Amino acid sequence: MSDTSLESPLVQDAELGDYFALLKPRVMSLVVFTALAGLVAAPVQVHPYIAFVAILCIAVGAGASGALNMWWDADIDARMRRTAKRPIPAGKVAPSEALGLGLTLSGFSIVLLWLATNAMAAILLAFTIFFYAVIYSMWLKRATPQNIVIGGAAGAFPPVIGWVVATGSLSIEAALMFALIFMWTPPHFWALALFVRSDYGDAGVPMLTETHGRQATRRHILIYSLALAPVAVGIGFTSIGGPVYLAASLILNARFLWWALAVWRRDEAQAEADGYATEKRLFRISLSYLFFHFGALMVESLMRARDLGVALPW
Amino acid sequence: MVIRVEHPLHERRRGRNRGLGLILVGFVAIVFGLTVVKVLQLGDVSHLQAFDHSFRPGLIPIEEPLE
Repeated sequence: MSDTSLESPLVQDAELGDYFALLKPRVMSLVVFTALAGLVAAPVQVHPYIAFVAILCIAVGAGASGALNMWWDADIDARMRRTAKRPIPAGKVAPSEALGLGLTLSGFSIVLLWLATNAMAAILLAFTIFFYAVIYSMWLKRATPQNIVIGGAAGAFPPVIGWVVATGSLSIEAALMFALIFMWTPPHFWALALFVRSDYGDAGVPMLTETHGRQATRRHILIYSLALAPVAVGIGFTSIGGPVYLAASLILNARFLWWALAVWRRDEAQAEADGYATEKRLFRISLSYLFFHFGALMVESLMRARDLGVALPW
Repeated sequence: MVIRVEHPLHERRRGRNRGLGLILVGFVAIVFGLTVVKVLQLGDVSHLQAFDHSFRPGLIPIEEPLE
């Protein structure tokens, strides 16, 4: 092997951390939290070790879909400042390695989840990976400004998988947890898109802010926030809800709607004048919104397990 | 004379190989733990015993004498 091959500028020898970066660890942390919430909220107790393996499989499956996404999107990642330092465009990992890692981890996580829990949970995990890698990354992302809306479904599956790990079947509670993340994703991402000067347009990705304008994006944020509130509060009236969840949800949705309304009322001149302060506030609120909703569901479940839960009259 | 040249590439590869080794050991440990938990969840496994190619008188159910 010559020195020139050692110092190839195209693909260097990757470190372990570069492979880990392919798995999108920040997305994995959200997946772990929501999957855990779905598992804890379910009315069936799972052995702690099996629960640990199940959450690990769901996290690795999510990471695998992240690696497949980076493999497919390497061309547009290289053209955008935010993503240009990712392992493939930075020349640290070869695209074929990312593809191999994604496919291998997908297979391992699905089979292990099946062996540890049940076939339905494994099928749902397989579908989630397929949805994110194929439906979202390969098809919708470059085809429609509604990419975030439909692609958000991929991020909405983890609590459903957690629920199915415990119960082995779907239910209205699982569907509502799915709907909560599905409806939350668009206002969350569009709030970010308003204050982050992205170069999606240069990369050929049709984001709503660029195809329909920023004012239309503000309107869309308000519409989705209005549609989100009844879904979120509605969970409180199911078997996994309760007074703690209902109180938290009412406060969180009132706050979310207040700031969505504030974003809708503003125009670009006002936003630029204060450095997009309101849009940034809505984005931060959207993060705590999801965290506290799923946190409240876990609190309700733990209270029921200790016979501290208060039965609502319905 | 042994020539030892440490290139940054060797350090990166060493770290990568160690990491992969740890991941594989972790995977084996996870599957082993899963096996233990699954077997323990079966409860009393004596009902799963069978003759297994050889005759074992101990597995013949004891018949209660008729009164």
